[in-house]
Amino acid sequence: MTRLTVPKTYKLYIGGKFPRSESGRTYEVTTKKGAFLANASLASRKDARDAVVAARAAVNGWSGATGYNRGQVLYRIAELLEGRREQFVDELMATESLSKSAATTQVDTAIDAWVWYAGWADKYVQVAGNGNPVSGPYFNLSTPEPSGVIAIVAPQDSSSLLGLVSVIAPALVSGNTVVVVAHQNAPLSAISLSEVLATSDVPGGAVNILTGSPAEIAPWLASHADVNGLDLAGAEQLEWVDLQIAAADTLKRVSGPVVGVPAPSIERIVQWTETKTVWHTKSLI
Amino acid sequence: MTENDKAVSAKAPSFLDYAPAPESTSVLHLKKHYGLFIDGEFVDGRGDAFTTISPATEKEIASISNANNADVDAAVAAARKAYDRTWSKLSGADRGKYLFRIARLVQERARELAVAESLDNGKPIKESRDVDVPLVAAWFFYYAGWADKLDYAGLGPNPQSLGVAAQVIPWNFPLLMLAWKIAPALAAGNTVVIKPAETTPLSAMIFAEILQQADLPKGVVNIVTGAGDTGQALVNHPDVNKVAFTGSTGVGRAIAKSVAGTGKKVTLELGGKAANIVFDDAPIDQAIEGIVNGIFFNQGHVCCAGSRLLVQENIHDEVVDRLKARLSTLRMGDPLDKNTDIGAINSKAQLDRIRELSNVGEAEGAERWTADCAIPENGFWFAPTIFTNVSTSSRIAREEVFGPVLSVLTFRTPAEAIAKANNTPYGLSAGIWSDKGSRILAVADKLRAGVIWANTFNRFDPASPFGGYKESGYGREGGRHGLAAYLESAGWAAPAVTKGGKK
Amino acid sequence: MTIEKAIALAPAERAVNLIGSDLTEKSLKLHLEGLSGVDAVGLEQRAAGLGTRSIKTTSKAWALDTIIKLIDLTTLEGADTPGKVRSLAAKAMLPDPADALTPQVAAVCVYGDMVPYAADALGSAWSNGSDNGINVAAVATAFPSGRSSLPIKIMDTKEAVANGADEIDMVIDRGAFLSGKYGVVFDQIVAVKEACRRENGTYAHLKVILETGELNTYDNVRKASWLSILAGGDFIKTSTGKVSPAATLPVTLLMLEVVRDWHLLTGEKIGVKPAGGIRSSKDAIKYLVTVAETVGEEWLQPHLFRFGASSLLNDVLLQRQKLTTGHYSGPDYVTID
Repeated sequence: MTRLTVPKTYKLYIGGKFPRSESGRTYEVTTKKGAFLANASLASRKDARDAVVAARAAVNGWSGATGYNRGQVLYRIAELLEGRREQFVDELMATESLSKSAATTQVDTAIDAWVWYAGWADKYVQVAGNGNPVSGPYFNLSTPEPSGVIAIVAPQDSSSLLGLVSVIAPALVSGNTVVVVAHQNAPLSAISLSEVLATSDVPGGAVNILTGSPAEIAPWLASHADVNGLDLAGAEQLEWVDLQIAAADTLKRVSGPVVGVPAPSIERIVQWTETKTVWHTKSLI
Repeated sequence: MTENDKAVSAKAPSFLDYAPAPESTSVLHLKKHYGLFIDGEFVDGRGDAFTTISPATEKEIASISNANNADVDAAVAAARKAYDRTWSKLSGADRGKYLFRIARLVQERARELAVAESLDNGKPIKESRDVDVPLVAAWFFYYAGWADKLDYAGLGPNPQSLGVAAQVIPWNFPLLMLAWKIAPALAAGNTVVIKPAETTPLSAMIFAEILQQADLPKGVVNIVTGAGDTGQALVNHPDVNKVAFTGSTGVGRAIAKSVAGTGKKVTLELGGKAANIVFDDAPIDQAIEGIVNGIFFNQGHVCCAGSRLLVQENIHDEVVDRLKARLSTLRMGDPLDKNTDIGAINSKAQLDRIRELSNVGEAEGAERWTADCAIPENGFWFAPTIFTNVSTSSRIAREEVFGPVLSVLTFRTPAEAIAKANNTPYGLSAGIWSDKGSRILAVADKLRAGVIWANTFNRFDPASPFGGYKESGYGREGGRHGLAAYLESAGWAAPAVTKGGKK
Repeated sequence: MTIEKAIALAPAERAVNLIGSDLTEKSLKLHLEGLSGVDAVGLEQRAAGLGTRSIKTTSKAWALDTIIKLIDLTTLEGADTPGKVRSLAAKAMLPDPADALTPQVAAVCVYGDMVPYAADALGSAWSNGSDNGINVAAVATAFPSGRSSLPIKIMDTKEAVANGADEIDMVIDRGAFLSGKYGVVFDQIVAVKEACRRENGTYAHLKVILETGELNTYDNVRKASWLSILAGGDFIKTSTGKVSPAATLPVTLLMLEVVRDWHLLTGEKIGVKPAGGIRSSKDAIKYLVTVAETVGEEWLQPHLFRFGASSLLNDVLLQRQKLTTGHYSGPDYVTID
C-alpha cells in the first residue's frame, strides 16, 4: 500500500513571507506532458508593488552588511541547497522533464554559482574600485556600491533554477535587493528556493520572488519609479523594447535579454553597481 | 599719518575696483564662417547657417554651419570609413601618440582656446584659462597613455572598441566636455561624430584646426554643428554603436528611449541638485569658499553644482551672514576680464529660466537675497542670489536651476542631513564640510551620489571617475572607469546578448 | 581623570570680557579649542585665488606708495652696528634720493640695543610716540627664540621702551604653546604688554610674533592669533624672519580672517604684520589685495597693517621708477642701506 503524499502549496515570496497573490489568482503548473503538478500563485501588479516596497525596505540592511557577512549568507544558501539537492532534482525532473543527470547537473551548477558569487562579496570592490592619482592635494577613491532595487525577469527558455540563480546571485553580491519574476512554466524550484532563502540568513525582502506571467508583471516593474535597475535576461519573448523605454522614464540601468543562462561573471555584479568617487583634501598642515 | 589717511580715503575705492584687465583677443584668428568638420575638412552644412554670439555683449562672433540629416549621414559615414580602414587597424601606441599630439597642441594654443571659450560661453577667463583648458589638455594626456594599455582597463584581456561613437555635449563646458568625450573614445579605438551645443560651437571649431595640425587621420573625429534636431539625427543614426550624452535629464531620458532595443551602448551624464552639507564643526572660512565655488563657479551652469546648501541649524545665521559678506566681494562682468568672478549667463533662454525659477522661489515664500552687482547694459546677466527659508518641497529646492542661485535649507542631525540630501531623483554629486574625519566618511558612505567632495567642491581630474546615480544618468567619465564606456570586454565569457528584439 | 590645576591668569580686559572673569588655563583652553578648524587645502586655494587679481595701472602707483608706507624697514643681524642702523634710518627717511615725493616707511625695526641709534639717526623724522613720523620698533623678549625667563623678557622690553621704542615686536613662547600651556603664553603677553607702558601712562604698540613656521599647522596659527589678541596684542605678526617658512600669503590670510572675526565680534581693530620672505612688489600687492578683500581697505594703514621687510623696499622703488619713467630700472639706481 502506497502512502498518500502531501503536496506543497506554492505561494509567492515577498518580504520574507509566503503570501498568496493578493488577487487570489492561481495558474496551473504542469509537466511538459500536461500532468498537474501544482497551482502556483498568479502574481498581480499589486503583488509586484508590494515586492518593490519590501525590496526597498531591505536595501539598507542588506547593503549595510559587511561584504564578509553577505558572502557568508550567500554561501549559506549553497550549503542549504546542497542539503536539499534531491528535492530540487525531483522538482526539476518533474517541471522540466529532465533526466536525473541533467537535473542533477543543473542543481549542482546552481549551487556552485552561489559559491562562486559568495566569494565575490568582499572582493568585487577591490577589482571594480580604484584609488585615483589626481593632480592635487586630495585623497580620491572610487568604490562601487549597489544600485538599490533590481527588478529581474528570470530566464524563461530552460534551466528554471539555474537561470534564476544566475540573475539574482550577482545582483545580491554587492547588496542590491531584488524582485524577480520566475520562470513562468517551471516556477516550482523558484518557490522552493525561496524556502531555502528564508532559512539561510538572507534578510526578508532582500529577495522577492513572483510567479505568474512576466508579460503581465514586467511592465509594472519596468515603470516603477522606485526600481533602480531592470534585468531583462529572460524577456526575449516579451515586448522588451517597450520595457526598456518604460524603464528610461526614471533612467533605470537596463540589461538586455540573454540567450540561455548567463554565465557567472563579475560584469553581472558590476552592472548593478554605481561608482562613487570621494574626494577629500589632504594636508600635513 | 593724517596725510596717509587722506591718501587712503581718496584712493581707496579705485584700488579695489581693480583694473578692467581684459585678456587680449588678439590671440584669436577667427573666421567669419565655420563649416562642419567632416572627413578631415571643413565643409558647408546643408541646413541654414546660424550665428553664435557673445552672451556678454550679444555681439555676433561668427556664422556657423547647420548640419541636416544628410550632413549627419556624411559625418557618420566618414567616421565608419575611418574606423574600418584606419583607426581600428592602428596600434594602441600610435593612437596614443595622436592623442599626445593633441594634448600638446591644446597646451600650445591654450590662451587662444581660453579666450574663444570665454567669448562664446560667457564664463570668466580665469576659469577657462585656469580650469577648462588645462583640464582639456590633461584629459588628452591621461587617455593618450591608456591607448596601448587597454588590457589593464579592468575588462579582461584584449577588450574591443565599439565602432562609431555619437556624442552630444552641452554649452556649460564646451571644450572640456568635448575632451571628456573624444579622449577616451579615441584611446579605446572608436571614431567619433560629435555635436557641440548650438550656443557654444566656437572652441570646437578651433579644436578641429588642432586636429588638422595633429594630422589625425581624416574621419576619426567629425564635428557637426547644429541644434537639437542635429543631435537627434546623430543619436538615432542606425550606424552608430555608441551614444554619449551630457545635458539635461529631459533630453537624456528621450535618448534612453530612442536607443532602446538598438543595442547601442549608452552613457548619460545628466542633471543634478547636489546637497552641500555644512556641519557645525566645519572649517568655516573654507566652507564659505566651498559654498561659493560650489554654486557660483561657472555662473552655476554646472550639473554637479552645490545648489542645495544644507547647513546645520545652529550655525545657519552665521553661515548666511558670512556668505552674504563674501558674495558682496564677487565681481560680475566682462568674461574676458581677469578679475571677473561671475561671467554672463550663456543664453537668453537660460536667463529666462533662471529668472522664472527664482520668481517661483519668491512666490513660494522663500526669502531672496541678491548681491549688489552692477548689471551691464547688454548681454545676459544674473547676480549671485541666495534663498533662505526654503522648504524642501519648494521648486528651487528640487529642480535644477542651472544658474547662480543657491537654496539654503537646514538640518539638525547627520541622519537628517543624509535623508534630505538623498531626497531627490538626482544623484550626481554632494559636498560635506566637517572637521571630523569619521563623520565625513560615514556620511559619504550614505549619500547616493556619484561624486562626493569632502571639504572641497567642484574638483575635476582626468584620473577621477565622474557620473551620477539615479536620474543623473549612468556610466562614468574619467579614470579607468571612463574607458569602460567605450569598450566591450572580449576575454571573459560575456553572455550572448540578443540585438534587435521583438517590438 | 586628572583635573588640570586652575591657574589664575593675569588680568587682560579682552579675555575677561569674552571668556569671563574666572579666567583659568582651563577656560582659556576650552575657548581656543572651540575655534573653527582650518582646512589647509582650501585656505591655500583661496590665497592663490586672491593672488591672481590684477590691479589697475593707476591703482598700482597708489599700491606701490602704500607698500612703502606700510614697511617696517628691518635689520636684525648679529652684526648690526650703529653705522648700519644709521644707514637704515637714512633709507627709511629718503627711500629714493632721486624722487623726493617717495613716501617714508612706517618704521625701522631693530634689536633693542640699537633703539637709541635709530631714534637719533631719524632725528626730527622720528615719531617719538606721536602719530606723525617714522616709528622705531624694537624686537624684544629674547628674540628670536623667546627662550628666557619672563623677568628677562620683561626687562628686555622695558629697556627698549625706555630707550624710545615706539613699538615692541615680542615673540611668543612657542614651546609653551606647542605643549598646550596656553596660560603661560597668555600670561607672558599680558606681562610684556604691561612692560610696554611708558612713564606717562601711554603704551608702546605691541606686536606679537607667532613664528608661524614653528607653530606648523594652520589650526595652531588660528589659536595663537586668537590667544595673542585675547592677551592684549595690538598686532599679530607672522614671523621673526629667522625661521623658514616665514610669512606666506595663506598664513597672512588666515590671520586676517581672525582679525576680521574679532572685529565682527568686538568692533575692535587689530593689526597684522607679515614679516620675512616678501621680496617683490608683485608679492606685496597680493598681500594688499588679500587685506582689502578680507578685512577691507581700511586696514591698509600703518596702524593696522605692516610689512616686515628689508629687500622689498628696493624692488618697490624699482617698480616705482618704471611707472614714473616708463622704462625698466636696475639695481644700480636704488641705494643699498
